[in-house]
Amino acid sequence: MGIRFDSVTVAYDGNVVLDALDLRVEPGEVMALLGPSGSGKTTALRAVAGFVRPASGRVFLGDRDVTDLPPHRRGIGMVVQSYALFPHMRVQDNVAFGLKARRVAKAEIGPRVAEALEMTGMAGYARRYPRELSGGQQQRVAIARALAIRPDVLLLDEPLSALDARLRSGMLAELARLHRELPEVSILYVTHDQVEALTLADRIAVMDQARLKDCGTPQELYRTPRTEFTASFVGNANLLPVTVGDGGVSFAGGMLKVDTGGAAPGARATLCVRPHLVGLGSGPNQLTGTVAEIQWRGSTHRLYVDVDGHRIMADLRELKEPPVHGRPVTLHFAPEDATLLTAGVSGDG
Amino acid sequence: MLVHSRKGKWTAWAVFFVLFLPLFALPLLVILAASFATSWPGVLPAGATTAHYAAATRGEALQALVTSLVTAVTASLLALIAGTWAALAGAALGRRRRAVLDALFMLPVAVPPVVVGLAVLVAFSQPPFLLNGTRWIVIVAHTVLVTAFAHQSVSAALERLDPACEQVAASLGARPAYVLWRVKLPLLLPSLGAAAGLCFALSMGELSATVMLYPPDWTPLTVLIYAATDRGALFAGSALAVVLMTTTLLVLLAVSRVRTKASYR
Repeated sequence: MGIRFDSVTVAYDGNVVLDALDLRVEPGEVMALLGPSGSGKTTALRAVAGFVRPASGRVFLGDRDVTDLPPHRRGIGMVVQSYALFPHMRVQDNVAFGLKARRVAKAEIGPRVAEALEMTGMAGYARRYPRELSGGQQQRVAIARALAIRPDVLLLDEPLSALDARLRSGMLAELARLHRELPEVSILYVTHDQVEALTLADRIAVMDQARLKDCGTPQELYRTPRTEFTASFVGNANLLPVTVGDGGVSFAGGMLKVDTGGAAPGARATLCVRPHLVGLGSGPNQLTGTVAEIQWRGSTHRLYVDVDGHRIMADLRELKEPPVHGRPVTLHFAPEDATLLTAGVSGDG
Repeated sequence: MLVHSRKGKWTAWAVFFVLFLPLFALPLLVILAASFATSWPGVLPAGATTAHYAAATRGEALQALVTSLVTAVTASLLALIAGTWAALAGAALGRRRRAVLDALFMLPVAVPPVVVGLAVLVAFSQPPFLLNGTRWIVIVAHTVLVTAFAHQSVSAALERLDPACEQVAASLGARPAYVLWRVKLPLLLPSLGAAAGLCFALSMGELSATVMLYPPDWTPLTVLIYAATDRGALFAGSALAVVLMTTTLLVLLAVSRVRTKASYR
């Protein structure tokens, strides 16, 4: 069962927190809502769950208009940042909660609880209380509780943000595995973490200031972002202010050969080049500047190079003889590795 | 205690006893001593007897203790139901309307209990609400007086509840009544226990409103204590007071045990 937002607007006291969202999540798809705090992503999820009522627009689960339905009649599973496990119930009772609330036959509850706990690797913890579990284990129980009701739609609201980096990476793999095991479940995944979105999502909806800014597959958004906001929020990006010329763009007094995609000569635009696609030394599209900073990151070096007042990042495989701070260096990038952004350019007026 | 040096600890204890003894312990010790005394000729009581306790635990006194217990338990339960109900309803209101509701519930505490007693007397002395002359007028007055504390206690606990628990429960298919019964009330149980204890203790010690309302067949222990001290039977009155305090303390200890068991976090 898919999810459809049909021009959904949510406002609190006249303050619009979600502005005319049009979005469709296909059945079985993982859609990440990615954006900074206050971008409207959690509000969108809450509108699906039924915890906020849209000022206008409709929300559909499959073909069913659920806009006016109370939360308990929507049939969705939900996992929140704080897990919200019921502290007075054992793990098995937490997982059985939804089944009992839905008056599932008693004989069926036990096997389904066991199945959900097995699926999340928590079968050995059924009789524990939530306070006796670690953060990662609580997270698994929260997921098991949501899955036990066999929902068609799973809403995940920043589910990994309370975990440390190592656990988060492990849980990401777990979530990916769970989705492979339950390919029919549609997942709406709210996060501000680009790595989570890029790793898990079939598509990413990028949100900012209550609006949907961009939507596409992770590869599309990363390789060919449409706006500066998407380029900077989905992965790191060098965003260079350029002017469109014949067969390329002018930057810092020189010409760079890139695909202008039919942009009008003379127009102002932004050139997006990912740091890991910038090379050190001579090559096509050379840029010369001075090293402002150099950071060793284990397997890579990150260089910050000032080129005509613009700072450019380059992620390079660990250098045997890294350049020294303040020394001139030459960077380059291939024409096909740059994307020209003509929409949402800062200073466009 | 955040005092590490031995001298500092002794000083802190000394200050505590200097403040605590005269303020709290001394009056209670005087009542305890008087309850065993036959006379009090000087600084200390004279004679030792358990006769006052023998009298305080049978007949009219025992009946009064049962009356106090029944009144306090009933009033506490009614206050807990009304206060919790109002707190739950208030949580769904806007900030301003909730403030009005809170103020309304606090009003009986802000006026002297005598005034509440008089108001209850006037309100329930005419049909169709004719309770005057029955035990129910005492219970109603106690309920009005202690509901504020139940309401405040549960309101504060509700604000501390993670709203995500309720929302996740609803998303799992639980109707509002099911969420209330299986999630919210169990999570509120420690606060409900605390509120019940407070209401019970306040009701057990209530006198001002009670003396205006109690019918002859429903005399709480506080009224008996007042009557004994009024006619100069201080030692008998002290024994009754100790019985009242001990009973209240035992019930509060029992309630606190339930509360401890109900604390999940």
